[in-house]
Amino acid sequence: MNATILLFLLQDGITNGAIYALLGLALVLVFAVTRVILIPQGEFVTYGALTYAALASGKFPDTAQLALAMGLVAFVFDLFANRHGFNLRRTARSFAVNVVLSGAVLAATLAFAGRKNPVFVDVGLALLIVACIGLYLYRIVYQPIAHASVLTLLIASVGAHLAMQGFALVFFGAEGLRGPAISDVSFSLGALMFTGQSLGVYVITAALIVGLWLFFGYTLYGRALRATAVNRLGARLVGIRTSLSGRMAFLLAAVIGGISGILIVPITTLYYDTGFIIGLKGFVVAIIGGLVSYPITAAAAIGVGIIEAFSSFYASNYKEVIVFTLILPILVLRSLAAPEVEEEQD
Amino acid sequence: MSAALLDVSDVTIAYGKVEAVRDVSLNVGDNEIVTIVGANGAGKTTLLNAIMGILPLKGRVGFAGRNIAGDDIEDRVGEGLCLVPEHRELFGTMTVAENLQLGAFRIAKAEAAATLERVYALFPRLHERQKQLAGTLSGGEQQMLAMGRALMGRPRLLMLDEPSLGLAPLIVADIFRTIAELRQAGVSILLVEQNARAALKIADRAYVMELGEFILSGAAADVAADPRVIGSYLGFQGEATP
Repeated sequence: MNATILLFLLQDGITNGAIYALLGLALVLVFAVTRVILIPQGEFVTYGALTYAALASGKFPDTAQLALAMGLVAFVFDLFANRHGFNLRRTARSFAVNVVLSGAVLAATLAFAGRKNPVFVDVGLALLIVACIGLYLYRIVYQPIAHASVLTLLIASVGAHLAMQGFALVFFGAEGLRGPAISDVSFSLGALMFTGQSLGVYVITAALIVGLWLFFGYTLYGRALRATAVNRLGARLVGIRTSLSGRMAFLLAAVIGGISGILIVPITTLYYDTGFIIGLKGFVVAIIGGLVSYPITAAAAIGVGIIEAFSSFYASNYKEVIVFTLILPILVLRSLAAPEVEEEQD
Repeated sequence: MSAALLDVSDVTIAYGKVEAVRDVSLNVGDNEIVTIVGANGAGKTTLLNAIMGILPLKGRVGFAGRNIAGDDIEDRVGEGLCLVPEHRELFGTMTVAENLQLGAFRIAKAEAAATLERVYALFPRLHERQKQLAGTLSGGEQQMLAMGRALMGRPRLLMLDEPSLGLAPLIVADIFRTIAELRQAGVSILLVEQNARAALKIADRAYVMELGEFILSGAAADVAADPRVIGSYLGFQGEATP
């Protein structure tokens, strides 16, 4: 190995690691707020990436219709939940969030699909669609069982993952897709070549992390999300709805997943089920962070990205095996270091 | 008492098949301090939690003229019913100021700023420690923060669950003085206490709970003079403290 290869692998690892960091942070966030282990996080990646790729190649993404369908189901769920006391304002709000929003997104998609749009239009549409799906996924799958045990929520997650992966196969087919790069610029620094895409990964990851930090630290809603994560009963006692926090967490997770997908689809070909593996790596780094620590998760993500890059160089057949085997010693260490905790009651 | 702010009637609360509270009725009027005294395990905390909506109950919970028995906790908070729970349930890794800000989650910003000033005036200690994490406060300060956070929601009725638990006597006196001040400010109080002596001293009316039922109720002074209360809760010096 020479210095060039070393640098090259490090660069590759950091690019991947940045993506894992985003996914890991989203997983930690969702778990802290809702106690849901978000296995469908990978599907947000797939949906974001493939919706963007479809739009960019002039096709209509069926995910927009799925968003409307899920919005309608979510609206019916809200109606059913309010059956004991009809409340016009609440119903109107639910109609706006579930039906009007997803209808508008579908209309916008119909208007822009099949044309040559600027990159930001395709990116924006793809993110809107994924955001809607994330929002409604929480309403349909998790909100009705929000107070169930972590295990029940995990089982629901597995179900949601399988269903969404099935939909992805129907919508996008078994063929892989690749999207156009967000920017074509590139320059070299010594032996290293930086493409606009890899720079985009760094810049957007950093911007998102700073943005999340500002959101959680300085806004009322960000603090409300943290409060729910710290003490769910305390949050309810000051009037922060579990369902509001849950929706915000899922919205953020879906957008983060969508952005990750859009960032990687110009780099690698994505299939309907690729998101799952990428999401699992986000899960590995979130586990290293104990599903609670954001900084450890981010640092672990870079580590996992670099290990992955080196193992694909030295033993490419065992790349995934090596990355996923990492979780074993870490789980052992964590279980030795941490005292036994009983599941939280609420 | 049809005009009572809180009007709980025929409430039964069960954990599975065990009825922790049976057929209990109580009311709290506007600008009144009402206390529920009783031994550990009598069902006082269970009753408060059920009134707040944390536990399910059978029966009617009237608040400001409406039955809220089916409402969510969050809706009850919006109506002006706030609970300071036994374990305080603070946001331990967030600062005092953040805890207080979140207490006003459902309140308009300008109103919240004015309320914050009043809370700081009531608990100057919280003002000194506004940048400190809630989890690092002493027990008494945490109790003040829990009360302050509940007050930030501008409650019409504040329910306090064992505010004196585990606190030094001087701080307990402080907390009880604050409770009396709150009533002056127009907040009704429902106070659950094991420290029956202190509670009966500041309350207008009192209920005595034993094994999930009220065995006695009435004006606080009469309850304090009842031989059963003196024997069980006030000890030998009970006669001297009406």
